[in-house]
Amino acid sequence: MMLEIKNLHAAVDGKEILKGIDLKINAGEIHAIMGPNGSGKSTLSYVLAGREGYEVTQGSVKFRGQNLLELKPEQRAAQGIFLAFQYPVEIPGVSNVNFLKSALNAIRKSRGEKELDAMQMLKLLREKSKNLGMTEDMLKRAVNVGFSGGEKKRNEVLQMAILEPALCILDETDSGLDIDALKIVADGVNTLRSKDRSMLVITHYQRLLDYIKPDFVHVLAQGRIQKSGGAELARELEAKGYASFVPGEAA
Amino acid sequence: MNIVTKKRARDIAEKKYKYGFVTDIESETAPKGLSEEIVRFISAKKNEPAWLLEWRLKAYRHWLTLTEPDWANIHHPPINYQDAHYYAAPKRKKLQSLDEVDPELLKTYEKLGIPLREREILAGVEPRVAVDAVFDSVSVATTYKKKLEEQGIVFCPISEAVQKHPALVKKYLGSVVPITDNFFATLNSAVFTDGSFVFVPKGVRCPMELSTYFRINAENTGQFERTLILVEEGSYVSYLEGCTAPKRDENQLHAAVVELIALDDAQIKYSTVQNWYPGDENGKGGIYNFVTKRGACRGKRSKISWTQVETGSAITWKYPSCILQGDDSVGEFYSVAITNHHQQADTGTKMIHIGRNTRSTIISKGISAGKAQNTYRGLVKIMRSAKGARNKTQCDSLLIGDTCGAHTVPYIESRQPSARVEHEATTSKISEDQLFYCRQRGLGDEEAMALIVNGFCKEVLAELPMEFAVEAQKLVGVSLEGSVG
Repeated sequence: MMLEIKNLHAAVDGKEILKGIDLKINAGEIHAIMGPNGSGKSTLSYVLAGREGYEVTQGSVKFRGQNLLELKPEQRAAQGIFLAFQYPVEIPGVSNVNFLKSALNAIRKSRGEKELDAMQMLKLLREKSKNLGMTEDMLKRAVNVGFSGGEKKRNEVLQMAILEPALCILDETDSGLDIDALKIVADGVNTLRSKDRSMLVITHYQRLLDYIKPDFVHVLAQGRIQKSGGAELARELEAKGYASFVPGEAA
Repeated sequence: MNIVTKKRARDIAEKKYKYGFVTDIESETAPKGLSEEIVRFISAKKNEPAWLLEWRLKAYRHWLTLTEPDWANIHHPPINYQDAHYYAAPKRKKLQSLDEVDPELLKTYEKLGIPLREREILAGVEPRVAVDAVFDSVSVATTYKKKLEEQGIVFCPISEAVQKHPALVKKYLGSVVPITDNFFATLNSAVFTDGSFVFVPKGVRCPMELSTYFRINAENTGQFERTLILVEEGSYVSYLEGCTAPKRDENQLHAAVVELIALDDAQIKYSTVQNWYPGDENGKGGIYNFVTKRGACRGKRSKISWTQVETGSAITWKYPSCILQGDDSVGEFYSVAITNHHQQADTGTKMIHIGRNTRSTIISKGISAGKAQNTYRGLVKIMRSAKGARNKTQCDSLLIGDTCGAHTVPYIESRQPSARVEHEATTSKISEDQLFYCRQRGLGDEEAMALIVNGFCKEVLAELPMEFAVEAQKLVGVSLEGSVG
């Protein structure tokens, strides 16, 4: 079992957003979480990544058998949790290469592995960035500074490819992407599919799921998973909308 | 507490300020207090010529008429100038070579990572840095002197220059910072004990970095060093200074004066990594750093560039400045000032444009954490004669937490209508988003902070010579420890 969420409740600023989530993800599976705005999708991703201010009030999360909730964000990263941000953050003055080297080496160090030097890192980066159509210039520029929306998302996928996580959480990775950029990003994600790696794809639209085919689809609304099904559920949602899951907002 | 945990506690404390040790060395110290007698004592100790003693006495008498300046954004209890020693020197005979230097002293510099024995530095490898080490009031060793002398470059303690190059010293000492300049510079003029002297003759590019390493060791001692750098036509020198002091509960005074002179087409690059003991996290102890640094671009097309990384001291008061006299001369000031806990920094620069088409660039990065106060204070003055002068100033402040302060006080005076002066200032808080993003990628919170702050300072750190850059980056991280969470 990769991830096991039981009756998860979480609050932000004292307001309960997640109201009892149950979800199991096995190794190698891709799960999509779909839902309307404000349903708690991003909150779920932040809770799993351990962001401060997202307070778990009830329930448990086990990641590969251990209690995830007692770990700091960086420890979770070292254990193999990766969050591709909806809005990747800019870090002025820190080059992409330097950032990734620091991150990878921090993770390798905490796993007791040998750190990579600058040359090894550059080689690895060149290899991994090829498929994503990222230029050498983008690697040398400051993290996400002056990047277009598409470039930022590609950069997230590059980081994912370098850090080789066990569980990838993609938070609205499709937002702000045109169709060409979406394809490149989806291709990048698909090459990372493996039987040891699970993915949790959070999205508002079905479009992304045409390119990243999920094994399971869950509808998140009002802080709970309202319905689960196979890939066909996504198309059903696209046709009917989320209205039936949001009382008081009937179509 | 058992022995192991005691040792761990000590290790952790050491990590915070690893230069905080005291060297047990026999020293010769002047009695506490300041008087004409003490000034005469220092001058006699240095075996100085009569003109220099007169110069010192003039400064001392003028100092008596002055009061401490109070315009800076710093606060401290009154300094009792009679409660300090104005001279402390490691006891020694006249030294013929490094082999006669007290081994304790050599060990101190080894601990600081500064090799003073030339043969141990890099056997067979072309030296890149020559070092002058100043311990309390006295220069203890200067490396690679011979190699430099081959090109006519003089790099020696200023007390030695007084003996060996009296004409140069007499002509230029006090020519950029006059003895009446300000309270602290005047005090320094009266009681300065040592410092470095650099002379680069016409048409010579100094082949290595010249570096002075200042160390305050003795208790209740002020350090008043005086540095004079003279670079003749078409020559170039890059000079670095570093400073540390032991951890002590009382505040110690450091009031240095640095004068730079660049003649036609000469260039001086002056870099500082200031890591004096900053006091503990409750604001106890630490160095009071009141420094006057000024460079004169006397020649046409000359250039003076100041780069400073200020992480230490309880109080930093310094404004490395450029007087742009020569036409087409260039002044630069690149600064990173980091204040944490109870540290206070009021620092910046003055760019005085006199010659035509003179240009200046100011980039200042102030970082405050804890309960610290960090002020950028800068003056850009364009005289009527400075046709076509240009200045560009960029001041960025970064706040960590919500109990610290950042202040920007720019003064712009222009008497020349053709001059162009640009000023940009930003203040930002280190963002939760950035920290979380880094931590999600596996960096610990302090590592994340160091990475983000180093990025913020990048333009300035890039100006440091290679030998200093790596050390400075680490220092940025270390000085912010304890500021997260």
